[in-house]
Amino acid sequence: MTKRDLLSMDDLTRTDVDLILDTAESFLPILQRDIKKVPTLRGRTIVSYFHEASTRTSSSFDLAAKRLSADTIALKKSGSAIEKGESLKDTILTLSAYSPDIIVMRHPSAGACRLAARYTPASVINAGDGKYQHPTQCLLDLFTLRQTFGRDLDGMKISIVGDILHSRVARSDIAGFQMMGMHVTLVGPPTMMPRDIESLGVAVEHDLSHLRTADVIYLLRIQRERMQAGANFLPSLREYARVWGIDRSRVRPGQKVMHPGPINRGVEISGEIADDPDTLILEQVEAGLSTRMAILYRTIVGYSDSASEEA
Amino acid sequence: MAGTATQRLWCKRAAKADLLVKGARVVDPTTGRDEVKDVLVTRGRIAAVGDDLEPGGSAAVRDADGCLLMPGFVDLHAHFRVPGGEDAEDLTSLTAAAAAGGYVAAFGMANTDPVVDNAALLEGLAQRAQAEATVPVGFHAAVTRGLQGEQLTEMVELATAGAVAFSDDGIPLRDADLLRKALQYASVTGRHIAVHAEDRSLTRKGVMHEGAVSARLGLAGMPSIAESIEVERALEVAAYEDARLHVCHVSTAAALEHLARFKERGVPVTAEVCPHHLTLTDEAVVTLDANVKMNPPLRPEADRAALVAALAEGLIDCVATDHAPHCADDKEVPFEEAPFGVIGLGTAFAILYAELVGDGAIDLLTLVDRMSSAPARIAGIPQPSIREGAEAGFCLFDPGDTWTVGRHTLHSRSQNSAWLGKELRGRVILTVAAGHVVWDAGA
Ligand SMILES: [Zn+2]
Ligand SMILES: [Zn+2]
Repeated sequence: MTKRDLLSMDDLTRTDVDLILDTAESFLPILQRDIKKVPTLRGRTIVSYFHEASTRTSSSFDLAAKRLSADTIALKKSGSAIEKGESLKDTILTLSAYSPDIIVMRHPSAGACRLAARYTPASVINAGDGKYQHPTQCLLDLFTLRQTFGRDLDGMKISIVGDILHSRVARSDIAGFQMMGMHVTLVGPPTMMPRDIESLGVAVEHDLSHLRTADVIYLLRIQRERMQAGANFLPSLREYARVWGIDRSRVRPGQKVMHPGPINRGVEISGEIADDPDTLILEQVEAGLSTRMAILYRTIVGYSDSASEEA
Repeated sequence: MAGTATQRLWCKRAAKADLLVKGARVVDPTTGRDEVKDVLVTRGRIAAVGDDLEPGGSAAVRDADGCLLMPGFVDLHAHFRVPGGEDAEDLTSLTAAAAAGGYVAAFGMANTDPVVDNAALLEGLAQRAQAEATVPVGFHAAVTRGLQGEQLTEMVELATAGAVAFSDDGIPLRDADLLRKALQYASVTGRHIAVHAEDRSLTRKGVMHEGAVSARLGLAGMPSIAESIEVERALEVAAYEDARLHVCHVSTAAALEHLARFKERGVPVTAEVCPHHLTLTDEAVVTLDANVKMNPPLRPEADRAALVAALAEGLIDCVATDHAPHCADDKEVPFEEAPFGVIGLGTAFAILYAELVGDGAIDLLTLVDRMSSAPARIAGIPQPSIREGAEAGFCLFDPGDTWTVGRHTLHSRSQNSAWLGKELRGRVILTVAAGHVVWDAGA
């Protein structure tokens, strides 16, 4: 069997995505048990290589692997050879010497995971590369939507609000949401909107005047470094919160709000909305676990339906 | 001082060619000839162009049915990596690559380590060329010392030592006053100033053209206005001074509009375009392959088409490769971390012939003018010509020969070609430069 990488949402067909989400659903009962562990991936080795800080995604993958009884090794940036200037190629060749089945990888440069996949017989799962792709976030977002609205998301409207320019979550989500037939609107300050992004088939707005027509509001984290002197993406967080921040007055009752985390309370989202039962942020975190279990499982076992029956 | 003829090209001595090429289609813009002829070379000079020529005593006979015989190409813009970057390229490998691409002269940029900013260094390079270069090479000198954008180099002395022109290529000239003084002062030498036009406040951390593809890939963009703003500014200054300006690697339709306006006014400006900008678009970057990363970056189709039209009509004077070798270790990294630059000497004509002449976008005589006669005029060297009495400087191209772009066919020490691994149709099979056979694919 040739190895299967997950580098970008473009690597997945609609059938693949449905299969991953079905598999994730089949894992949910395991997570309700007292002993939340199955032997499915016993004897398999999963290496995680995070060349960029990320507690949330790496913990989520680590727990997902442990729930499936895989052996895990983690290589983080600090204190490792990466800091000493080892090249990506050499790091991947070294990690491959452990004969892992999967390398879960995050990197600050777009395409780094695709490059890494060339140097290793292991399957590479992209846990975020540059501002390009974050396919596992997209899949867990789709799983959250499916658990909330049912399997048919066709025709639903979702508005992604925030710093689109610097967001790999937005780039993966646009592809995934469109694959499900959803209508995507991007909202944010013009300084944070990539030029010609309309070519992806999305609508672009610069204020929140049409936000109430969306079924779901998807907020992105605003990073403080965008306010650094000379960067000039935003004059201040305060002004961002005033113009693009989401609070009670801007959300229609029943309108669902999502956020990949970690949130900035009082910037892109008010505390009240963050704690509102219509907000799906904690559901997303939960979905992350079962979806990543499904991704690890499918990557090793394969994407055919017959394999799914063994689950 | 102006127009003083000093030597601008250097190469090794070698045996002069004695050769009879039979039945090639001779395509020569210097004579306007495009017909099947025999060409006899005796002791490195074109002895006869005619029908049914007989070889002299020792002349090798080469059957060239179906092949094109053209004046050899001249590259105004290459990065030799000598001195200081010899792991990526040296004069031996550079001239081997140039020869295999049909080039009979190439000029290096000054952004080496150390920078070519003094006559002693340039004289040393000329000596190295006489020891190592099979194809004649020449050198630009820097506009400013150390490319620091502060203090002008000793241009008169550098011109006397043989600098072909002055350029801080690799980095834009910092401000309009510096450009103005450089143009004023260079006029004393009869050499032009070649500018790399880029407003760095707009390109910043950009790694590719800003547009739909960069939006999709999440890569920081280099907007087209970063080039056009700087081109316009340089043209304004050159017009004001009525001084000789050369615009390197034009890549945008917006810059062409400025160029057209100022050329119409009679400003003495010339411009070059690179083979990759004529044949590839920013769509190629979706692979995130570092071998399509260069500065200026690949642009969208509308720009590419405008560049081709401008080259055909002469608004752009010539093709230059911007040959920029980088070793594999430097390019086998994620796209954003890779250095800018691709090599081009080995593939330029084959690509342009296949892509532009093949689909009728430019006729062959015009393309040869843009790759040979026009750059020779700009460099102030004799135009390679298939004319009796001329020094032999030509190449033979087999349009039917297919080859794969790779280490063994590129001859460069670096393989960072945008066409690496691709199969190309049409190949330079013989090059004679300065009267020497410098490349023979059959040998
Ligand atoms: Zn340049
Ligand atoms: Zn250059």
